[in-house]
Amino acid sequence: MSVNDCEACPARSQLAQMGINIAGCDHVVALAGNPNTGKSSVFNALTGLRQHVGNWTGKTVTRAEGAFGFGGKRYKLVDLPGTYSLLSASQDEEISRDFLLFGQPDCTVVVTDATALERNLNLVLQVLEITDRAVVCVNLMDEAQRKGIEIDVRSLARDLGVPAVPTVARSKLGMAELVSTVAAVIAGDIRTSPLRVETTGDVREAIGDLVPLIEEFAPGLPNARWIALRLLDGDHKVREALVSGELAGLAQRQRGAASGSAR
Amino acid sequence: MTPSAEAILDRSDGLRRQVGDHFRDRMVSDLYDSARRVAARSVRESGSGKWELDQRIDRLVTSRWLGLPLMALLLGAVFWITILGANVPSQLLANAFFAVEAAAAGWFESLGAPWWLTGLVWHGVFRGLAWVVSVMLPPMAIFFPVFTILEDLGYLPRVAFNLDWLFRKAGAHGKQALTMAMGFGCNAAGVTATRIIDSPRERLLAILTNNFVPCNGRFPTLIMLAVIFVAASFPPAVASAAAAGAVLGVVLLGVGFTLAVSWALSRSVLSGEASAFTLELPPYRRPSVLRILYTSLIDRTVFVLGRAILTAAPAGAVIWILANVDAGGVSLASRAIELLRPLGEAIGLDGVILLAYVIAIPANEIVVPTMLMCYLGGSMMMDITTYDEIRTVLVDEHGWTLLTAVNLMLFSLLHNPCATTILTIWKETRSLRWTGVGALMPLAIAFAACLVTAQGVHLLL
Repeated sequence: MSVNDCEACPARSQLAQMGINIAGCDHVVALAGNPNTGKSSVFNALTGLRQHVGNWTGKTVTRAEGAFGFGGKRYKLVDLPGTYSLLSASQDEEISRDFLLFGQPDCTVVVTDATALERNLNLVLQVLEITDRAVVCVNLMDEAQRKGIEIDVRSLARDLGVPAVPTVARSKLGMAELVSTVAAVIAGDIRTSPLRVETTGDVREAIGDLVPLIEEFAPGLPNARWIALRLLDGDHKVREALVSGELAGLAQRQRGAASGSAR
Repeated sequence: MTPSAEAILDRSDGLRRQVGDHFRDRMVSDLYDSARRVAARSVRESGSGKWELDQRIDRLVTSRWLGLPLMALLLGAVFWITILGANVPSQLLANAFFAVEAAAAGWFESLGAPWWLTGLVWHGVFRGLAWVVSVMLPPMAIFFPVFTILEDLGYLPRVAFNLDWLFRKAGAHGKQALTMAMGFGCNAAGVTATRIIDSPRERLLAILTNNFVPCNGRFPTLIMLAVIFVAASFPPAVASAAAAGAVLGVVLLGVGFTLAVSWALSRSVLSGEASAFTLELPPYRRPSVLRILYTSLIDRTVFVLGRAILTAAPAGAVIWILANVDAGGVSLASRAIELLRPLGEAIGLDGVILLAYVIAIPANEIVVPTMLMCYLGGSMMMDITTYDEIRTVLVDEHGWTLLTAVNLMLFSLLHNPCATTILTIWKETRSLRWTGVGALMPLAIAFAACLVTAQGVHLLL
């Protein structure tokens, strides 16, 4: 993987805001993140829509969709509810988790709050368990600066194994780079190899036991390890998806997409 | 051979038993460790002034003794600004609209249009629209931007923080304070917002009680009543402040009802413990003025007004038809009003008010316009445009008292949610039973509260 600045550099394409005109999009991009990190600001900056932005937790509880164009391609942007994790059974977290797993976005942008990066990384790491095509958007850089917090975005990207882009979405700073990075990840120009949470002891053994079975059952699934974690945690939705064949179907679609892009 | 789904489930169940109950804790602590390691390498902090100022403000606005009074003061100030600013433009708008109505009706007549067409179009549909726009637009155009500034600053989570202990005492979730705050904007939005509460029991509490805070469809009603009846009983210098105080009182009463009903429900049909949660106090942010104007004027004001207009036009037509179609020599409206009168008077209101509430079920916004159309019916409509004149007509010709105004405010605060909210409750709960409770419980409480004040006053006088 590399998050070389030259590679991430936009091919001088212009961002075209397309509002709610989501018909005929080439790719789907999901927008995830903790509450109150400026997710809606990023959404508005990219789509040109004016979804209500509130300075408080839990404002977006439904999925909002919009579109933007870049480099001759159309992208559909899905704004997911802001959540701290993807582990609980509350409805906002389920909406996010289900979309990442079953909606299979081509790329997921995780918006983080630069002033509270450590806490935000908890969600980033959970997203990276589900999908490997992700870009971390380190937002609110201006607030971090005011609070005397410095973020080494390169080191962050290196450690996470996915690109990281510093932004100030309210003033639309860094949006062009964010979009070109997303495009590069989708096109395969940037290869990602996301950090997976290190497990220890018997949990690690249990995962080691399950993952080969799942991979054999549904070859090509990018997140067999996460499925194993969910099964061990007793997640009913994932159990059902396994039994109903939905999971195997996902894997099949994934394989189709992989052979398609290799062509 | 490819393993079957069942085989994988069996294996994972076996492993689950081996790993035991602490799996979730282990997984989460592994996750936190990884996050900490990554953050430690890429984040460098040095102290700074702004952060400390934030914390000092927070200590003040969320302090044990000052937090709640400060909150009430801020809310009161918002109402005061709204009332002060909305009065004159409302009357100007009303004057302009009724001049248009008179001119247009005259023009229709001169063209030889049949009387019923002129009546239905201009004295029905148009008059309904005119009342809705002139009563609602000015307060909304002031209230929403001011409220949005508070929201943008980051004040709402502090409100939740201040109210958290009260909600917990009532057996409800602290986040209910946030969904309640959403309800001030729109109860349907407030009901949808309860998705942030993960316990089904506490979520249901939040859904069923959301209606007890007045939404912005009902604020203009409250503000108008406060201006016409409360402000008029005070000298002009303090009139606006008194009206703002009355609206604030009604809102606080609504919060009181939210807590009391939550408490009663969680001690009876929805019993259980309140669950803990973490609430994040976001940094204070400088509101961006242009965006505030845009969201509050376009997204909220125009949206609410548009909905009101859509329902007001047919409501205006319905009222005109009721008032002009006779059955046995008496208009349908008079019959309906007579029918509802005993019930209305028992709870300190009258037949017209109840009829207005029935017609306004699709949207609470149009209660006052509907009421005024019924009262001011065919009569010397054109002369009545100022609040003072409205007050004189209501008091002298229709026997309104301070009790009527107070009970109408109470009824407006507590009665059943509008059709949109009821539909949203159904969508969120998927239960006919809870939707029924959500619609009828507030109505019963509204009748009971008005009955108590009305009968109490009758006993005392």
